Amino acid sequence: MAFEPRIVGFLCNWCSYTGADLAGTSRIKYPPNVRVIRTMCSARIRPSFVLKALAEGADGVLICGCHPGDCHYSEGNYKTLRRQVLLKRLVAGYGIEPERVRLEWVSASEGQRFAEVVADMTERIRRLGPSRVEMLPSTRRAG
Amino acid sequence: MNGDKLKIALYWGAACGGCDVAVLDTDEFVLELAAEADILFWPIAVDGKYEDIRALPDGALDATLFSGAVRNAENEDVAHLLREKSQVLIALGSCSAFGGIPGLANAVTREEILERVYLDNPSIELGNRTVPRTRVPVNGTELELPAFYPRVWRLSDVVDVDYLVPGCPPAPERVQEVLAALVSGTLPPRGAVVGAAEKALCEECRRRKADKRVARFVRPWEIVPDPESCLLEQGLPCAGPATRGGCGARCPDINQACRGCYGPPPGVQDQGATLVGAWASVIEAKTVEEAETAFAGLPDVLGIAHRFTLPASLLQRSCR
Repeated sequence: MAFEPRIVGFLCNWCSYTGADLAGTSRIKYPPNVRVIRTMCSARIRPSFVLKALAEGADGVLICGCHPGDCHYSEGNYKTLRRQVLLKRLVAGYGIEPERVRLEWVSASEGQRFAEVVADMTERIRRLGPSRVEMLPSTRRAG
Repeated sequence: MNGDKLKIALYWGAACGGCDVAVLDTDEFVLELAAEADILFWPIAVDGKYEDIRALPDGALDATLFSGAVRNAENEDVAHLLREKSQVLIALGSCSAFGGIPGLANAVTREEILERVYLDNPSIELGNRTVPRTRVPVNGTELELPAFYPRVWRLSDVVDVDYLVPGCPPAPERVQEVLAALVSGTLPPRGAVVGAAEKALCEECRRRKADKRVARFVRPWEIVPDPESCLLEQGLPCAGPATRGGCGARCPDINQACRGCYGPPPGVQDQGATLVGAWASVIEAKTVEEAETAFAGLPDVLGIAHRFTLPASLLQRSCR
């Protein structure tokens, strides 16, 4: 069976989730590979959420927030941006391609853009192949 | 009244011996301990053989303090043996509790380690291709070495552990408290982290926090830190915000940023991920380029953020 990337998408409530909603109501077609989780702000997405998704089998993690300057909470997306730079380096340290963790700005009016981001990310991860993160057994015999 | 004395053991897996020294650093208390308890096995200080422990009935030891990570088959076999023989098993120190410094080896593969140490190293005689093997025939007999595992494990990954005592090494005063509680039978319910605080190190750090932003992170040799103010706010990657207190903030007291050896505080699963969030919160950047510049003084994010906890992190090891 062909590899279908599993992508976990964290979308901020005010811009990106509404943008994704617009993509749906506008009947824009895009790959069904993103599993969306809505958060109040992109800054709510702790780095540990991303690592947990990767540890539990995600091939990629997409974080979407309001464009810089447009955050509903004025500064949240800047915090997300700063973290993202370190998070990508942390992930690279584990031997995971940093492209698997992607941050994009999607406004409430950008349904088309959301669809394009998902299509592009799905295609890139399809080319990277499945995540090499081992699903960790709760082992009692190490070896 | 020898029969009433506690029977205890101390062991080291993949460890440097610093935890054993922390036990000795309790000074004359060690003598009190020896008066209250028979130390049946302690490779660094007392004569004793694995056979002596194998000969004991199960549960014969009241407690074992196990320092060091599980790196090879010997570490693991002895962990299973001591678990069987001990009523209480205590992971002593960061290696045993979280993987510790040996756990940083989880950033590379077993093959890379063996290649680097035994084959591709300037100090190796030309043409010498000797690598350790688990079984080698010599003069009609067979010699055996413990298998070197593909990765480092915490003690709790291979056996049930009753208590964790974090620290690299644990502060001697904390070790003494734990040993005294063991002797008097006043340890808390099983599963607790003992010899440590319930809050982050920042709570006990005496430095002044000004809620200040930093322009960029610096390497430790780039600045002489101000002795009064928060080290993170001076641009040093201090692990205090995501590290359990209890050590007495000894590193910040000598102008050294916290290295994170007490592991994550309660409620934090992944120390490195939390540190990434904490470090990112002190810079001013508004673009990726500005953030890259600000973090230029922070190489090897994985190694610094998970200096003592890589095997205990959500991803546990490199997947290269």
